[in-house]
Amino acid sequence: MAEAGLSAENLAKAEAIVALYPKRRSALIPLCHLAQSQHGYLTSESMEDIARLVGCSPAEVRGTASFYDMLHLEPVGRYVVAVCTNIACMLAGAYDVLAHAEDHLGIRVGQSTPDGLFHLEEAECLGGCDKAVCVQVNHRFFGPIDEEGFDRLAEDLADGRLADVVPPHGVLNRVSRAVGLPAKAAAAKRAGGS
Amino acid sequence: MITDHPRIVTARMGYDDSHTLARFLATGGYDGLRKALSMTPAQVQEEVNTASLLGRGGAGFPAGRKWSMRRAADTTYLVVNGDESEPATFKDHMLIEGDPHQIIEGAVIAAYAVGASQAFLFCRGEFALGYERLLQACNEAYGYGALGPDILGSGFALDLVIHPGAGAYICGDETGLLESLEGKRGFPRIKPPYFPAAIGLYGEPTIVNNVETMANLPWIILNGGAAFAALGAGSSAGTRLFALSGHVERPGCYEIEMSKTTFRDLIYDASLGGGVRDGRQLKAFIPGGASSPWFFPEHLDIGLDQDAVGKAGSMLGSGSVVVMDESTCVVRAAWRITRFFARESCGQCTPCREGSGWAEKVLRRIEDGYGREEDLDLLMDLCDNIAPGLGWPPKQTTICPLGPSIPSPIVSGITRFRDEFLLHVKEGACPMPPDEVRRG
Repeated sequence: MAEAGLSAENLAKAEAIVALYPKRRSALIPLCHLAQSQHGYLTSESMEDIARLVGCSPAEVRGTASFYDMLHLEPVGRYVVAVCTNIACMLAGAYDVLAHAEDHLGIRVGQSTPDGLFHLEEAECLGGCDKAVCVQVNHRFFGPIDEEGFDRLAEDLADGRLADVVPPHGVLNRVSRAVGLPAKAAAAKRAGGS
Repeated sequence: MITDHPRIVTARMGYDDSHTLARFLATGGYDGLRKALSMTPAQVQEEVNTASLLGRGGAGFPAGRKWSMRRAADTTYLVVNGDESEPATFKDHMLIEGDPHQIIEGAVIAAYAVGASQAFLFCRGEFALGYERLLQACNEAYGYGALGPDILGSGFALDLVIHPGAGAYICGDETGLLESLEGKRGFPRIKPPYFPAAIGLYGEPTIVNNVETMANLPWIILNGGAAFAALGAGSSAGTRLFALSGHVERPGCYEIEMSKTTFRDLIYDASLGGGVRDGRQLKAFIPGGASSPWFFPEHLDIGLDQDAVGKAGSMLGSGSVVVMDESTCVVRAAWRITRFFARESCGQCTPCREGSGWAEKVLRRIEDGYGREEDLDLLMDLCDNIAPGLGWPPKQTTICPLGPSIPSPIVSGITRFRDEFLLHVKEGACPMPPDEVRRG
């Protein structure tokens, strides 16, 4: 399972991310997102890589990651479908939409479909309240979603029609920072420092 | 009153390409920064003091005063709080996706004023598109020279890191956010020290400002603090974003002149909320995010003014207004908000950790028809243990304000709608209709 750690390409990206911060430990969460973009969740091996990169123990990486809703310690489906049920969405019928989603996908909240395509979550407010009921798929927004809208969304996802909009689970961004040299270092260089 | 105030932070929102550098530059982008860099940092801070800009994150602390509280040190950090997670708040979300350069421009101005050479913009992890746009804008800003070692030829150097969150409401608290930015669990820090301006990120003085606060700065510098202060009234100067949701015809995020506009205008005016859905009656509304005590029809004519709302026993908070019509079950509404606090409590403080969980269970029991009459007193007693006296602003028994927020929906609901709670108990079931699914 050596390949369950960060790939060579991602190790290089990880070093570049670590270099952005005054202290290495600050890169822990960005590196968790990076590892999750590779495997869809945080493998033990990738958490060991992260620990080495930021200078803490693998247990500290796991202990930190487990605090955060977006970081998964176990595999989830390709599409993580999160239905918001917080106050604004609840008033727009979110619990009916969520129940419908469970029926449609044949799974309960917190489960993945046997084919590994869908994972269903009940989300706290996602900040899409003007589009209630608001649904995120791999943290991309859809709404307002009613029962029929959910069926269409699930079909479009299954048939790959939303591949451009919804990257695989774990991919937080498709943009990389193109500039890496900290201004401080450049200023120091100008001033004749190291 | 709907005023013809200038659009300060939403000027570019009508454009499809509002997030790009090209559109930003074509609409006066980075002009405010250019002007700021021609002033001294003290002059910039003075303009912001004159503007009487209140922080737009929720606490409403004057931004200029926050800046002046920083401890003198070799290193000062600026951290922009874009971890918007207060239920029903979606204004920063709009600004981040819609006009990321405006936030970056504001951040550079703020960093210049407080003498920071390193800034972080903490973007809520769930805003994946917004995070991409911020990263893209950050790359463009470096290319344009608005970030980096010699900003717009002024010699001022600033590095900006766009930092992703990972899903935790508690990181919106400024010390929880700093812990998260240090790569740890987002546990709010024990006070004192009270202000990150003295001891913040890595123990250094740190200014933490909200995204919308930053977005106001370019306009304030270009037009002067006095022009900003001329809008609104009293301490509530300028315009502010209000996120309107729930049972209204036109939910959305509206920029409104503070103080002069009322909740009635916001909810009912045809150009704003357009009224309660299907012409129904208003039952209650949340005036400033899930943490705020509820308002009722008799509060509709209160202005969107921090002091006026405070005097009436609630807060303008994060600027989010949730409308509940006559069909709303208040037990269910109070339960859902309480459930949120129970899920998001970080667990450090007993009143919050235990109190939120038990309150949620008792509310659920009532909603499901298994409640007892004495449950109402039990809930009030429980809330009194979390925030003794149940006054407003609440007394704090916990490290951060999450705990004292828990009583807001519960006490509001029971105090105003005691009969509806009791009807749940008497009938052994929820007497209210189910929430209707809104059709897209």
